[in-house]
This record gives sequence, C-alpha cells and structure tokens, in this order.
Amino acid sequence: MAMTITEKILAAHAGREQVSAGELIEVDVDLALANDITAPMAIRMFNELGAKEVFNRDLVALVPDHFVPNKDIASAEQVKLMREFARKQRIRNFFELGETGVEHVILPEKGLVLPGDLVIGADSHTCTYGALGAFSAGMGSTDVGAILATGRTWLKTPAAIKLIYEGACGPHVGGKDLILYTLGLLGVAGAVYKTLEFTGEAVDRLPMSHRFTMANMAVEAGAKNGIFVPDETARAYIEGRSTRSGRFYRSDPDAVYEREIRIPVDAMEPQVALPHSPDNVRPISALNSVPLDQVFLGSCTNGRLEDLREAAGLIRGRRVAPGIRFIVIPGSPLIYREAVKEGLIETFLEAGGVIGPPCCGPCLGGHMGILAEGEKALSTSNRNFVGRMGHPKSEVYLANPAVAAASAITGYIASPDAL
Amino acid sequence: METEGRVWKFGDHVDTDLIIPARFLNVSDPEELAKSCFIDLRPEFAREVRSGDIAVAGVNFGCGSSREHAPWAMKAAGIAAVVAKSCARIFYRNAFNIGLPVLESEEAADMLQDGGRAAVDIVKGNIRDMDTKRVFFAKPVPEFMMEIIQSGGLLPYIREKQARGV
Repeated sequence: MAMTITEKILAAHAGREQVSAGELIEVDVDLALANDITAPMAIRMFNELGAKEVFNRDLVALVPDHFVPNKDIASAEQVKLMREFARKQRIRNFFELGETGVEHVILPEKGLVLPGDLVIGADSHTCTYGALGAFSAGMGSTDVGAILATGRTWLKTPAAIKLIYEGACGPHVGGKDLILYTLGLLGVAGAVYKTLEFTGEAVDRLPMSHRFTMANMAVEAGAKNGIFVPDETARAYIEGRSTRSGRFYRSDPDAVYEREIRIPVDAMEPQVALPHSPDNVRPISALNSVPLDQVFLGSCTNGRLEDLREAAGLIRGRRVAPGIRFIVIPGSPLIYREAVKEGLIETFLEAGGVIGPPCCGPCLGGHMGILAEGEKALSTSNRNFVGRMGHPKSEVYLANPAVAAASAITGYIASPDAL
Repeated sequence: METEGRVWKFGDHVDTDLIIPARFLNVSDPEELAKSCFIDLRPEFAREVRSGDIAVAGVNFGCGSSREHAPWAMKAAGIAAVVAKSCARIFYRNAFNIGLPVLESEEAADMLQDGGRAAVDIVKGNIRDMDTKRVFFAKPVPEFMMEIIQSGGLLPYIREKQARGV
C-alpha cells in the first residue's frame, strides 16, 4: 500500500513493512532532546524509573537555551542538574555556554539530525527537523525521561494534510509568510494530531533556513509533525556535517492524504500574526499603523544566518527609530561568528540595535527583553499568546525578518517597501 | 475511580503559557508550580482551588509549549480531572503520563457551569453535573491509556510492566 514520507519513516522505526493513519505503534528513537526547562523534569523521571544508564549516550542531546546565561539562581540550579547528569552519563551532546545556542538551530547545524531520522524532544518546536525530511515531534518530560531509559516510545500514526505551494515567492516574502498564511487558513487547532506535508514548486525553491522556519511552526496548527521531502537542497545542507548519510524517503504518488490544500504564492505579501494567536494573520497592507516599543530578531524560527543577512541588508546605513529597542539574537555561536565576519553585527550595532548571546531570549518571556504593561513588540519568533513575552497586557506581533528590519527602522509595523 | 469537586471553567485554546507562564519555569517542583497556575487568567485560582476540583475547557486545551509543568501545576494545585471539548496533542499525552485524567465531551464542556459541582468517573468515562443531575459520556480513550491512568501515570505503568516481566 502507498505511504507518505511520514508513514515510511515511522514504519522503518517500528520494524514494520507498513503503517497507516490511526495505528498505535512502538518506535525506536534516533535522538532524544531536552532543554534547561524540560530536562530537569525528564531526568527526575529517568531516576524514578530506576534507570542507571541512558539508552545510548550518543543519541541524547541536552541543550541549555531557554534561560541561559542563567538568569537567576533557580535557573542556574536547573542547568547544573543537567550538566551533572550529562557528565555522569558521559553525554557528548551537552552544550555548555560558548557552544550552546537555540536547540533547534544547533542540532541540524551540528549534523545531529539527518533525513529519515526519528527525533523526539521535550520541546514543542522539535517539529523543526521535518525540514530535513526527518520525523520529529515534541513530547513532555515524562515521555522523554522514559525514552532516555529505553530508547523507545509509542506513537499514534498521524493522518496527513498535504500543502501544495504554487508559484514563487516575491521579494521579502518567504517561509515565514507561507507558514503564517497557512496558519491563518488552518487555525491553531486545524491540524491537531496530524502531519503537515509541505510540497510544491514554491517550497522546492526555498533554502533550508526558510524550510526550518515552516516546519518549526507546524505545531502552531496543533500538528504532530511538519515535513518536507528531502531533495538536493537538503542533501547539500547535510554535506560534511555528519559521518552518517541519512535516508531519503519520498511520499508515494498515490499516498493517502486527509486533505490537500493548494496555496498560490505569487501575489502573497508579507504576513503578520496579530495578538494573541499565531493564526490571527493578515497581509501587512491590511494593518493600520501599529507603533512599536520593541523588535526582536531571533529564535528557533528566524535566528539563522540567512535571517540576519536579510534584515541587515535592509538596515545597512539606516538608524533604528527613536524609542525602539531592537534586539538581535543569533541562533548559535557559529551564526554569531559568521555574522561578525560578514559585518552584519556591525550593521545592527551601528543602527542602534543590541546583540544578545545565542539563546531563546525574550521569545518565551524568560529574559533579555521582557515587555512591560501595554507595550507592543514585533517578533520573528513563533508565538504571540497572552503574556508570552512579558506582561499579560503586552502585545506581540509575528512576522518575517525583513518586516522586523523595516519595523525597527520606521518604529511601526512596516513592509520592507516602506523603506 | 470517581471524583467530585468544584468546576473551574475555561474557554477555547487555553495555551500552556496561560496555564503556567514561562517566567515561573525556573523550577520544576510541582508544588511550587501550583502556586502560579492560571495566574494571568484566573489570579484567584491557586488560592481557591481545592483538592478534587475539576477543570472544564473548550477546544484545543493546553495548546502551545510542550511544558509538562502545565499538567503538573494543575494536578499539584488539586485538579483531579480535566473535561474538555478537545485537547492539544502534547498536553493530552502529558496529562495521562502524569496521572491527570482527561475526558473529552463537547456537551459536558458546554453544560457544566463555573463554580458548579461535578463528579467524574474516570473508568466509566462519565461526567455528572451535580447541580442539574445530568450525565454526559466522554469519548472513549485507548485501552492502554486507561491502564496508564489506572496505574497513576506512565512511570508506575512501566514499573508494573517491568515487574510482570512484559
């Protein structure tokens, strides 16, 4: 029987010829991930299970990224617990400050995720790795604690929605706009328990950074995973990053989808998600002038080198508007160093921006740019729930890096065309 | 496995940032987390909730972050069961894993009133409105997830399986 790429990866990890939507299966996990918020709880579960050793010390990644550099004593204690566990278990992929960055930026960069892998992370944006043609899904700490002990977990095989992006993106329109537009169509519960499979000529043309952005936000529609069929772009990305080679699955032409949605992109404008939901999406021309207090460029959604390049290209030679706090956080130390070499950091600094160390930053309201009551921010991150970046009466708008750059310069939410 | 308590009613798409905001996630002790549960949505919740109370919600309850701190905070605060029209995938799984039962029933979620009293029979999957005496039936859950709940969560479930040598 015909299968989707997701079903093929799940079948391979369940030791089966075939799986189909709705089936409960047990699978082997290629990589288990946790961060400084979720790892301490997962480690507690691991210990409570009476486990002595992790299932495979090379297939575990522990990334302190949410509250690092440690923002207070309590968060320092959480990372300490993680660090000690990593030492005791001799887990190589624990990333200390200086090596660490946003988990979903770091793992592909280090070649820890390849096409065909099955990755489970105690973080909802684990779905990011679908960009490489891997099956990856977020779970909670108890599930990941059990995986640390056994290397296995159970899953319900998801039904799939096929998204077909037709045409080509215009200037300053890309993966972020395609996924925001899609969230507007589907709604935040439009794909609960399902796979979003991203296809079509418009995404075939997208570089990996834009594909990571799209797969990253699959969970904002409630999806279990988002996935792209890995192609030459994916092959070129993994080149030289790993000693493994990956398995390049494709969906069968007659694979079964619950829905197929065609999305023409030729005339698409930059999209903006208004408070307080990632599915509250409008084309930028539909917005009235929204004055801002802060602009954040970074996160697992848009903290990659291409994102910084696009923003810097618009900012070069200009100044951030008075009263705007422009915060830039490169997603990894490698991106930071490249951004220095390319002069991007200098561009941001000359414009009046501030650079943070690689981490999640203000995205989830942890630190490094918390909003006060009544303040408005434009962010390249993935969520704008009530209180997400600070005070419950603050507001967050989501958009792409080019809109972030234009907004930092003008002081209100602006299209790059406004510059 | 019947439990009776006060109904705390919430709307649609209540995300895990609302159940417990990230600024309180620098600890992972459930009792500590319980103090900030629903703080931005219902500031009186942590103060007034009693052991055995029932959370009732609309669609897509627990969407957003995978933080297991959300069901832990609710459970440690005293919530004995969640009745919702539907739940987000990760929250649903997390809740069962930590031994917090979730019952999905559109009708019960519509009819139960905030501040009223309800009784939930987890095994039979029924929800009783103690004020109107109406009974609602939840969508059945997979058998092995019922076993997880009856064991008290995923860890005791795995330990029981290990003890039986399965």
